[in-house]
Amino acid sequence: MRNNKLICAPYTVWMTLFIIVPMGLVAFFAFTDRSGAFTLHNIAQVGQYSNVFLRSIWLGAIATAVSLLLGYPLAYIIARANPSRQSALVMLVMLPMWMNFLLRTYAWMTLLEDNGLLNALLTAVGLPRLHMINTAGAVVLGMVYNYIPYMILPLYSVLTKIDPSVIEAAQDLGADSKKVFLKVIFPMSMPGVISGVTMVFVPAVSTFIISKMLGGGGNLLIGDLIDMQFLGSAYNPNLGSAISLVLMVIILICMGIMNQFDDGEEVGGGMLL
Amino acid sequence: MLKPIITLKDIAVTLGGEQVLKNFNLTIGDGEFVTLLGPSGCGKTTVLRTIGGFITPDAGDVFFGEQKITDVPPHKRAVNTIFQKYALFPHLNVYENIAFGMRIKGKKEDEIRRTVNEMLHMVNLDGMARRGVGSLSGGQQQRVAIARALANEPKVLLLDEPLSALDLKLRKDMQSELKKIQQAVGITFVFVTHDQEEALSMSDTVVVMDKGQIQQIGTPIDVYNEPKNAFVADFIGESNILDGTMVEDYLVEVAGQRFKSLDSGFGTMAPVDVVIRPEDIDIVPTASSAAHVAGVVTSVTFKGVHYEIIVDVDGFKWMIQTTDSAKVGDRIGLALTPDDIHVMARSEYSGKFGDYSSFSEEMGMARLSSGKEADDA
Ligand SMILES: Nc1ncnc2c1ncn2[C@@H]1O[C@H](COP(=O)(O)OP(=O)(O)OP(=O)(O)O)[C@@H](O)[C@H]1O
Ligand SMILES: [Mg+2]
Repeated sequence: MRNNKLICAPYTVWMTLFIIVPMGLVAFFAFTDRSGAFTLHNIAQVGQYSNVFLRSIWLGAIATAVSLLLGYPLAYIIARANPSRQSALVMLVMLPMWMNFLLRTYAWMTLLEDNGLLNALLTAVGLPRLHMINTAGAVVLGMVYNYIPYMILPLYSVLTKIDPSVIEAAQDLGADSKKVFLKVIFPMSMPGVISGVTMVFVPAVSTFIISKMLGGGGNLLIGDLIDMQFLGSAYNPNLGSAISLVLMVIILICMGIMNQFDDGEEVGGGMLL
Repeated sequence: MLKPIITLKDIAVTLGGEQVLKNFNLTIGDGEFVTLLGPSGCGKTTVLRTIGGFITPDAGDVFFGEQKITDVPPHKRAVNTIFQKYALFPHLNVYENIAFGMRIKGKKEDEIRRTVNEMLHMVNLDGMARRGVGSLSGGQQQRVAIARALANEPKVLLLDEPLSALDLKLRKDMQSELKKIQQAVGITFVFVTHDQEEALSMSDTVVVMDKGQIQQIGTPIDVYNEPKNAFVADFIGESNILDGTMVEDYLVEVAGQRFKSLDSGFGTMAPVDVVIRPEDIDIVPTASSAAHVAGVVTSVTFKGVHYEIIVDVDGFKWMIQTTDSAKVGDRIGLALTPDDIHVMARSEYSGKFGDYSSFSEEMGMARLSSGKEADDA
């Protein structure tokens, strides 16, 4: 026991210093005014940005859903590929992550601009230009592009662990390929789905770079709002902290619902379908 | 002959560049209890997978009754499998595992509940319905696998070493339980084991395999008493296998003596393999007129019901199982009777099995260096 404590000590210090204390500070700022006196004013003010919250959650949810729909089949294909090819495919998924996040997003800007590469291509083949940059669609695209590896990797890792003999057992008991997927593969991959969804949804909801660069002024997200309170024109760290706190609570609730779903799946088993 | 339910015709299977099954022909009758018996890697699981539809043979066909099912996918075959590695669904509890097949078929909830409870009772897992399968012991998982397959009421049940993880007592119980179920429900069982005792005591028909080929098909009594070649004789029970000569029909020469025999059809002066089971040999005094051969005892092992005695007869070591005791170094006579002598045609296995010299040397070594363990005896 004593030994355990010693080994844990550095982590405890780390966590206290860089997680607990900053969180405490955020909470402190959120409930105080500029002079440091207790107030609920900041929290109350957050309400007026509910449209920004809704937009963030909405776009984040769409990006997560798109990532799941695109990422699942890909993860499945990689997991079923022959073992020697798997690592190469995983590498390909991770490759873009090694490039700087800003650079990647800049690249999309030049692609999507009204005079960008894609539109140049469209005009070249005689099609009308499309307005793509500074739309909600562009923001979702940026989110999906940047975060989809975080969806694919956990899915891949649960899918490779599924024993092929379990799939054979399901076929043996009369399940065709659709039922094998719905009743065995998908439920068994649920932990991967949960962690993939979490890992895409959380950064997507709180992003500010993507919306700033691809969304223009019309697609302000919570991240941008917080950014503005600390670094921007609307300097107000107390309000910024309050928004962060509310965002955190909302994310916690979303994750809670997600995990509830997973539990239900496990206990109810096949009854759901 | 029973109406055939599964027929494998000229099956050839190659896996990973290796020919696993060669020219494999087997007909299984409706309601029969057939056991595939053979050493590890001989292709038993491959036969089951071919019947179950998980392997499409390179050549040959699989029939279900009259119907060719070679290309029918597993989920459409009226065959269920108890897999060697259980393959339970880890995301479902015991109840849902057993109910899986019935849910796929869209059975009613109360029927499912009734069947699952019956199955749980049958495999001795009452009260475990809500347990996760990950929290079960190997033997319990194996029993869930049995229940899961039986709940589906298959026409043919394929069992891949279903009892291997159970302790001796539970294993015996499950053996008689499975046999009872098989007889009561009239399901055809194709049972894989490498435990010859299990094979002999449970089956109607035993199929002895080696290297992807059938060595012999017969009733347990047939394969035990009349093994077709040295491999079968050695694999099923213990055997002394000697070089002999079939002098003429019903007369065989072995160990320097001529014996009346029950076998015929080998021609005259034909070289043959002769099997003499250790339990069929009696110990008599060397001077006795009953003694056909004589030799020196090189090892005596107490086995509970009997002694296992190795006797060196002019360099060939015989194994004898007898309730009479003898001491190492004793010179004893061995008495044989024609009933005990079984003649087999020569085969690729001739000379490879049936001499216990390596066996007795190991025993001797173990005795000499009594501190060391003869762990591979
Ligand atoms: N997927 C595969 N790829 C390559 N070789 C295989 C494959 N599956 C089985 N084999 C080979 O086929 C042979 C027969 O295998 P099989 O599993 O049928 O043996 P078995 O009789 O069931 O053995 P055991 O008693 O150990 O279960 C073995 O030599 C094995 O190595
Ligand atoms: Mg096997």
